[in-house]
Amino acid sequence: MLEIKNLYVRVEGKEILRGLDLKVNAGEVHAIMGPNGSGKSTLANVLAGRSDYEITNGSITYQEKDLTEMSPEIRACEGIFLAFQYPVEIPGVNNIYMLKAALNAIRTYQGKSKLDAIEFLNLVREKLKLVRMKEDLLNRSVNEGFSGGEKKRNEIFQMAVLEPRLAILDETDSGLDIDALKIVAEGVNSLRSRDRAIILVTHYQRLLNYIVPDQVHVLSEGRIVKSGHRELALKLEEKGYEWVKQEADAA
Amino acid sequence: MATRSQDVEYLVKKEYKHGFVTDVDSDTVPPGLNEDVIRLISAKKNEPEWLLEWRLEAYRHWLTMQEPKWAHVRHKPIDYQAISYYSAPKSQQDGPKSLAEVDPKLLETYEKLGIPLHEQKMLAGVAVDAVFDSVSVATTFKEKLAEAGVIFCPFSEAVQNHPELVRQYLGTVVPTGDNFFAALNSAVFTDGSFCYIPKHTRCPMELSTYFRINAANTGQFERTLIIADTGSYVSYLEGCTAPMRDENQLHAAVVELIALDNAQIKYSTVQNWYPGDKNGKGGIYNFVTKRGDCRGENSKISWTQVETGSAITWKYPSCILRGDNSRGEFYSVAVTNNYQQADTGTKMIHIGKNTSSTIISKGISAGHGQNAYRGLVRVTKTAENARNYTQCDSLLMGDKCGAHTFPYIEVKNSSAQIEHEASTSKISDDQLFYCMQRGISPEDAVNMIVNGFCKEVFKELPMEFAVEAQKLLGVTLEGAVG
Repeated sequence: MLEIKNLYVRVEGKEILRGLDLKVNAGEVHAIMGPNGSGKSTLANVLAGRSDYEITNGSITYQEKDLTEMSPEIRACEGIFLAFQYPVEIPGVNNIYMLKAALNAIRTYQGKSKLDAIEFLNLVREKLKLVRMKEDLLNRSVNEGFSGGEKKRNEIFQMAVLEPRLAILDETDSGLDIDALKIVAEGVNSLRSRDRAIILVTHYQRLLNYIVPDQVHVLSEGRIVKSGHRELALKLEEKGYEWVKQEADAA
Repeated sequence: MATRSQDVEYLVKKEYKHGFVTDVDSDTVPPGLNEDVIRLISAKKNEPEWLLEWRLEAYRHWLTMQEPKWAHVRHKPIDYQAISYYSAPKSQQDGPKSLAEVDPKLLETYEKLGIPLHEQKMLAGVAVDAVFDSVSVATTFKEKLAEAGVIFCPFSEAVQNHPELVRQYLGTVVPTGDNFFAALNSAVFTDGSFCYIPKHTRCPMELSTYFRINAANTGQFERTLIIADTGSYVSYLEGCTAPMRDENQLHAAVVELIALDNAQIKYSTVQNWYPGDKNGKGGIYNFVTKRGDCRGENSKISWTQVETGSAITWKYPSCILRGDNSRGEFYSVAVTNNYQQADTGTKMIHIGKNTSSTIISKGISAGHGQNAYRGLVRVTKTAENARNYTQCDSLLMGDKCGAHTFPYIEVKNSSAQIEHEASTSKISDDQLFYCMQRGISPEDAVNMIVNGFCKEVFKELPMEFAVEAQKLLGVTLEGAVG
């Protein structure tokens, strides 16, 4: 579904990603771990198409298409979803109004009919249960006055409604207490499916207790230096990132 | 992350849709202003002697006045002798008796503007007075309104048919010498709408005036007078457009509202005069005096304005809260794009006891636009327990525009409670990217964010017009962001 080859990315003149390779197939969950500043969030933002990220080398192929040629909204319509690390507040814009506009924009792009108000509301009610989100958050302004946990839940709720093919969760676990973490993880797990891939960007392996990944990658200084399975994450927790780095440097 | 201003600008650029000219034979007086021109206007309208005297007095006062310089706007000096003060389509000279007699070209013009004057095609429940250059060309639903006792007609017709009402109220809210532009208007005003709601009557439909400037080198100086008698209610809306021209045109209107005991007036404006091109060439100078007098107890006047057009906007719809327990409201969205300038706000003058006022102002600046809020809240000695709440929010798009706030507060009674809140924000890249990542196009995202910013004001507009206002905002800011 997604293939990244030898990717170099610069942000404000500084090279953050330096020769990153990654292959993700449909149905898989990949965890990207790494110390602060290793380029995890950069990877997430580059995939979503943020404009201040300059690709200087390499390629990103998504469903046999060159992803770098697509604008952010086209990527979204093609099924890429980013759950933001810091979801932004948009005062005065109703939360479900925006979501309905998003869903209908994506459906229109995909040649499907728009949902009317009633169909949409039914869909929303069904998805709300997945993340156990309070209904009153729907009619508030987007993320405005939401607690940290509510914002993250809202992201997963949007993901549930938009049903992306490739979901990237950027530190969705950060700032969540254990109960909220479990709820978010349950929501994500319920969205795992054969034709959907998920990339979890996370600093801690804690999240992986609840969302078990198919593969774990360690990102260091802009490259993936080690890949493995669930056990790799546990080992990282025990030994710290320094260990992988040393191993990589030795190699 | 900084907003990428060039993208923001790209998104706010868009075309004015009402810029066409209607080719009609006009009776236009030569440019220039003197007492003879005023006598000519008065004679054309067959006005009574007292009104001519009133005009001349205003003119003589005007001659002694200076154009105000305190507004945060810049423009070349206006040559008042280069403007023609009267222009009317020839076909209208004898005044059409009914819609059937209105020049089809004029009907077509309004149709093109989305204001069909055929009653069967109109929005049910909205009566329209259509003013074309200096004259009113059609007023719809007159008979239906008459059944309710409501008078809604061109100003010049009111002078003929209801002179006692006009004489009793004209100039009582905005005196002839109030300010430079009001004095000029009093001297040369040509038409406008007149509206009287009798006691204990709820006006059965929305009243609306649609102003259209068509002829070149003319000014439009209309006068609107609305009187809501004891216990009555009226909701009134005005809209305006003009052709695209390279020269600036002057529009100096006066609106007077009078609310007697327990009466309510809701006055909404969607102003879309030609704003000039993207380099700031041409456009309307919109120098308007609007004031409401809450003369009676428990009366209420509410102004809602959406100002998207004009090269320069200079207007301060105000409320004089004379009656005890009276209430004034001002809700405003002002947008400046390209080289537009706006200096707008309100005055709330608290005189009666237990008076209250609310001011919600939303300024949006894009391109090289300059947007100023200027407001006065005055609580006089007699105004026991006055309350005011003011909120001024500015939204900046790009880094070449400006937002300015000039709030004045004068309190002479210690029982007053005044609150003022202000904020300035930008459409951030983060907000745009968030929407785009969800599949929403940048244009739609900007629209959504700006409309969210204006929500508190739009909800005050009558519903049909709220939808129009949202669309208009979209057009005005097209090409402004990214």
